[in-house]
Amino acid sequence: MVEVSIVCDKVRFEEKALYEKTLSKGIKANIVDAKTITIGTNSKMKDFLLLGDVILQRSVSYYRGLYLTACLEFVGFKVINKFKVGETCGNKLVTSIKLAENKIPTPKTQFAFSAESGLESMKKTGFPVVLKPIVGSWGRGIYPLRDLETASMIVEMREEDDSALSRIYYIQEMVDRPPRDIRCIIIGDQAITAIYRYSSQSEWRTNVARGGKVELAPITKEMEDLALKAAKTVGGGILGVDMMEDKSHGLVVHEVNNTVEFRGAASVSKADIPSEMIDYAVKVARK
Amino acid sequence: MKSKIECQECGAEISVPEDSVVGEIITCPDCGGEYEIVKKGDDKLDLKPAERVGEDWGQ
Repeated sequence: MVEVSIVCDKVRFEEKALYEKTLSKGIKANIVDAKTITIGTNSKMKDFLLLGDVILQRSVSYYRGLYLTACLEFVGFKVINKFKVGETCGNKLVTSIKLAENKIPTPKTQFAFSAESGLESMKKTGFPVVLKPIVGSWGRGIYPLRDLETASMIVEMREEDDSALSRIYYIQEMVDRPPRDIRCIIIGDQAITAIYRYSSQSEWRTNVARGGKVELAPITKEMEDLALKAAKTVGGGILGVDMMEDKSHGLVVHEVNNTVEFRGAASVSKADIPSEMIDYAVKVARK
Repeated sequence: MKSKIECQECGAEISVPEDSVVGEIITCPDCGGEYEIVKKGDDKLDLKPAERVGEDWGQ
C-alpha cells in the first residue's frame, strides 16, 4: 500500500485538501512539518518513517522547499517536484532561458548585471518595461516602469538593497494583453484545468495573493500544447504554467510555478485538482 | 475538546476551529497576531507565533 506525505511549513487550504483527499482514497497520508526535519550525510530512508513512499513538497518558503527536496532526494525519496524542477522554476532568469532554448513563445526579456547596464537595457527595450526580481513570488518586487525617471529611482532602490540577487536585472517587455493572465495546471502529461486571473482594482498584477479574481478558462489546443511543452521543458511534475494573451503574438509563457497554489482554481474548476495530484503521486510512487 | 486559547500578545480569547489541524495558521481576532497550531487533540491545544512572511514565500 502506497503512503503519501505532504511536507509543508504551513498548512493552507491546499495542504488540507491534499491530505483529506488522500485519506478519502483509502491511502495513508501524513502532513509533515518541514521545519522539524533534519537530514545529514549519513541519513537513511528508514530514519524518516513518516515520509512514506512519495513526498509532495508543499513548503511555502521557496528555499526551504528547494533545499529540503535536495536532501530528501539524496536520502532516496521520490519528491514531487524534483529538486532540478524547483531550481529552474524558482528562478525567472533560468526559466526564461529554458523556455527560449526550447522555442516556447515567451515575452522578450533582457538580463543585465549592473545598475548602469540595467538602465541601458531598459532604454534599448523602450518604455514601458517590467522589472522583476529573478527570485520572488506573489508579484513582490515586480514594477511596471513607464519612463526613465521612475526606472532610475527603482534601480537606485534596488542598489541600496543588500541582496546579491538585486544586482541582477530581469527586464521584460510590457506585453499588450487583456487585464488578465492564464494559469494552466499541469499534472504529469495532462492539462487539468485553466483559469483566467484578473487583476483587482487599482492593481496591475494578477496574482491571487494580490486580490486577483479568477474565472474558469477553456483549455484550447494552443494552450494545452504550450503548457505541456513548457512543463516538459522545466522537467515535468505538478506545475502551474502562467501565460499571457499577447495581442500581437498569441499566447506567451512567462512563468512556471513549482509549488502550485490552487485555491483560486479549485473554486471555479470542475476538475478535482487535489484528487488528480494524489493519483499522480501514487503513480510516481509505483514507478 | 479544548477550543479556546489566550493570545500571547494581547490576552484576547482565540477560538480554534474544530476542523483545524496542526500546522495551520490562526489569527487573533483582536490584535491580528498570527499563530501556528503546534498541538491539538483531546485536552491539548498549543500555539506558537507563526513565522513572518519571508521574501521567498509563495508562487
